Amino acid sequence: MHAPDGFLNAGTAVATGAISLGTVGMALRQVKQTVKENQVPLAGIAAAFIFAAQMLNFPVAAGTTGHLLGGALAAILLGPSMGAVVVTVVVVIQSLVFADGGMTALGYNVLNMAIIPAFGGYALFLASKKLLPATSGGVVAAAGLAAWGSVLLSAMAFSIEWLFGATAPVSFAEVFGAMVGTHLLIGMGEGVISALALGTVLASRPDLVVGVKGLPRTEPSVGRRIPVRTFIIGGALTALLLAGVVSQFAADDPDGLEAVANETGIIESAGDHPLDSGVFADYATAGIRNESLSLAIAGVAGTLIVLAVGTGVFAAVRQRRDSTTTV
Amino acid sequence: MGAGHAHALYIHGHSRVHLLAPEVKVAAAFSMVVAVAITPREAFWAFAVYGALVAAVAVMASVPPGFLAVRLTAILPFIAFAFLIPFVASGDRVEVLGLSVSGEGLWSAWNILVKAVLGATTSILLVATTEVPEILRGMGKLKVPSVFVSIAGFMVRYLELIAEELGRMRNAMRARGYEPRWLWQAGPYASAAGTLFVRSYERSERVHAAMLSRGYDGAMPDLSSKPARGTDWAVAAAMPVLALAAALVAIAGWL
Repeated sequence: MHAPDGFLNAGTAVATGAISLGTVGMALRQVKQTVKENQVPLAGIAAAFIFAAQMLNFPVAAGTTGHLLGGALAAILLGPSMGAVVVTVVVVIQSLVFADGGMTALGYNVLNMAIIPAFGGYALFLASKKLLPATSGGVVAAAGLAAWGSVLLSAMAFSIEWLFGATAPVSFAEVFGAMVGTHLLIGMGEGVISALALGTVLASRPDLVVGVKGLPRTEPSVGRRIPVRTFIIGGALTALLLAGVVSQFAADDPDGLEAVANETGIIESAGDHPLDSGVFADYATAGIRNESLSLAIAGVAGTLIVLAVGTGVFAAVRQRRDSTTTV
Repeated sequence: MGAGHAHALYIHGHSRVHLLAPEVKVAAAFSMVVAVAITPREAFWAFAVYGALVAAVAVMASVPPGFLAVRLTAILPFIAFAFLIPFVASGDRVEVLGLSVSGEGLWSAWNILVKAVLGATTSILLVATTEVPEILRGMGKLKVPSVFVSIAGFMVRYLELIAEELGRMRNAMRARGYEPRWLWQAGPYASAAGTLFVRSYERSERVHAAMLSRGYDGAMPDLSSKPARGTDWAVAAAMPVLALAAALVAIAGWL
């Protein structure tokens, strides 16, 4: 998801850049206030850890591999603000030093790969932790669900950014279907690896994990007792089912209005405004078959993202207040 | 990873480009990429100008074309995506080599391709002529918050170490016959990642203690803080100023 320069239009790059700058600035202030001693070395080495973990290719199926994104895992291990800062550093250095992701694309890349997975993933973690039993198994499963969901939130966020800043005549519905469909599956790898990695940390140093407090030390075999295989197969079936439903909406036949427009030539005269390919292009609705449904999907997805990220930010702020009042 | 450690991304040299102050180069590279990103895709001549500017910098810094080509493979997935667009995009169909593709989609593919290549080449040149700690110092001089720069500095410093630690764990698993093919066999990799986190955390505690014992007070000392000279700014400005001028002319001409 390291989008290159010019992948989305300039307006979207600037808007997401402003959101990312504001949020990372807030997270940085939080990190400075929460931690009593200076934790710069911790954040830096944790960033190196996330970077390295992203290089670890794990098997997915029949020899194909995937790799970790790590946003949700970082948030659960280090807390949402620290997690967001750490992954932001990773994304910025990947762009600046490794030419992986454009410099002018940093606004949306940081938003999609650091801020949304960290804060959104943390909120999902808190929510699923409430629903699941308060045991180490429950916490580990909650982490898996959160990591899976965080990848979906990112995919949805990218689709919504595409709605505003598309540079190609591929409709929102198609992008949304493809992104969310594939990430339902990709996210499973993220979920499984994040959950089992958290299980390992909880087994040896539960005191390090910010997202989990007051859990008794568990035996090291916590990862083994979770029916990973059942989880994966069940998850894959759910994902395929959902992807099927989504694609049904996305790949609708041209509707009646469009057929009429085609015949009467309205569509030709309706295209090609000089600004269409410029800063305010809206390709994403150009080839759209069912605009109101697409906008409804975008609206629901956008609300979900804002809700999740907002909850994560709120949790981060509350955590800081708790730590400053008790210390 | 002490002083003078040559990074694989850096090409040692003493060219005018190498000797520029880092903050000047970071600012120039960023402005260049902005110019590329805002240029309308129809302005072929503007992209030719950018290509010539980037090539001129590469020649001045004696960065070999082969090196650039190898580093550019980082953007291959997006190039593949760009090649797909003409086939999935809507709009008028045109015939290219006997295939029916979307004309509008071809424009989009060109747009994404040329901007991605120019943007990536610019940042590859920046890193090829500037050592990573210098880039970070440049970011600091450009008012990027010092906490952020320090965290990035630690990340860069420990990245190879942590990655190699992970590599050793993987080798140890392979040596014992672990060769997973399915996601439900990936458990040991996940455990390795968890263990790596614990080791990294404990390493950061040792590093912090070692720093405190050497008088660390929350800020890294800046050992070489010679500010950029005016001539540096003037020389480095040549590329982005020309590029931005081209971009503005292109935008004006196309409006």
